[in-house]
Amino acid sequence: MKTVFVTGASRGIGKSIALKLGKDYRVVVGFTSSKDMADEVVEEIKKLGGESLAVQLNIADRNSVDEAFNLIEETYNHVDILVNNAGITKDNILPRMKDDDWNDVIQTNLTGNFYTSQRAIKKMIKNKWGRLIFISSVVGISGNKGQANYAASKAGLIGLSKSISKEVGSRNITSNVIAPGYIETDMTSFIDVENKENIIEQLSIKRIGTPEDIANMVSFLCEEESEYITGQVIPIDGGLTT
Amino acid sequence: MEVNEVFEKVKGLFVEELGIDSEKVTMDAKLEEDLEIDSLGIVEVVMAFEDEFEIEIDDDELTDVGTVGQAVNLLHSKL
Repeated sequence: MKTVFVTGASRGIGKSIALKLGKDYRVVVGFTSSKDMADEVVEEIKKLGGESLAVQLNIADRNSVDEAFNLIEETYNHVDILVNNAGITKDNILPRMKDDDWNDVIQTNLTGNFYTSQRAIKKMIKNKWGRLIFISSVVGISGNKGQANYAASKAGLIGLSKSISKEVGSRNITSNVIAPGYIETDMTSFIDVENKENIIEQLSIKRIGTPEDIANMVSFLCEEESEYITGQVIPIDGGLTT
Repeated sequence: MEVNEVFEKVKGLFVEELGIDSEKVTMDAKLEEDLEIDSLGIVEVVMAFEDEFEIEIDDDELTDVGTVGQAVNLLHSKL
């Protein structure tokens, strides 16, 4: 059974991905501060008969990433599939954006995923099989008011993933980006009802997305059947970027 | 460990990890030109060396390694 490591899996899209994959894979639930919630995800997977483990890490810190991978490798040998999902927001319009707001978001959302990917890819090269899946955002494609840092970090993932796909394609490793649109999670819970209606109006599919919409695509990208898809950006946004 | 022992182990790893014909693996063989190992292949053999000999190899140490013999000498010096 293959091992999947999902970062930021204690809630939202990451949690949904972990639960979806729990039936077919050993799932490592990465979390930063929400231990109780991560443990619940692990319990839920175990209840359904799956194998799972919660691992604490701060992806922005290389040592923390190394320690997490050491622990995973002791338990499950190696990571076959890495789902780079963890991310943060520190929104502000550009004239008011503090250096820390910029640096923290880039360090976590972009550099953090460089750390995790670099660590995972070595074993994948050795095994001549692997899957890297980056959870970016449509904001990384279209930009967004008040999210210059977040959009830049999410756009950066596209360049990172495409470069990786070219480097390691010869070893049966694929790397793809999923770009979710408006998805119902804690990160978007601040959007009020009136705003939500305005958003839905822009969509072809007349509803806000669910974390499951994203998890379904992740699940497909994990499978053997997806082996010819690499270096791609797949928007899952109800038609927002059409 | 003697140099020729290191060479035999290294040869074994090239054959096992990268599927290279054992007759091609001589001390003079050039990694890229003669053995057709690409940059990822180098990463693979370095990881195999690290596991086999229980050592760590920095990228800086590899800059002067172009042949099997140079790799063997590097490993021998680290044991």
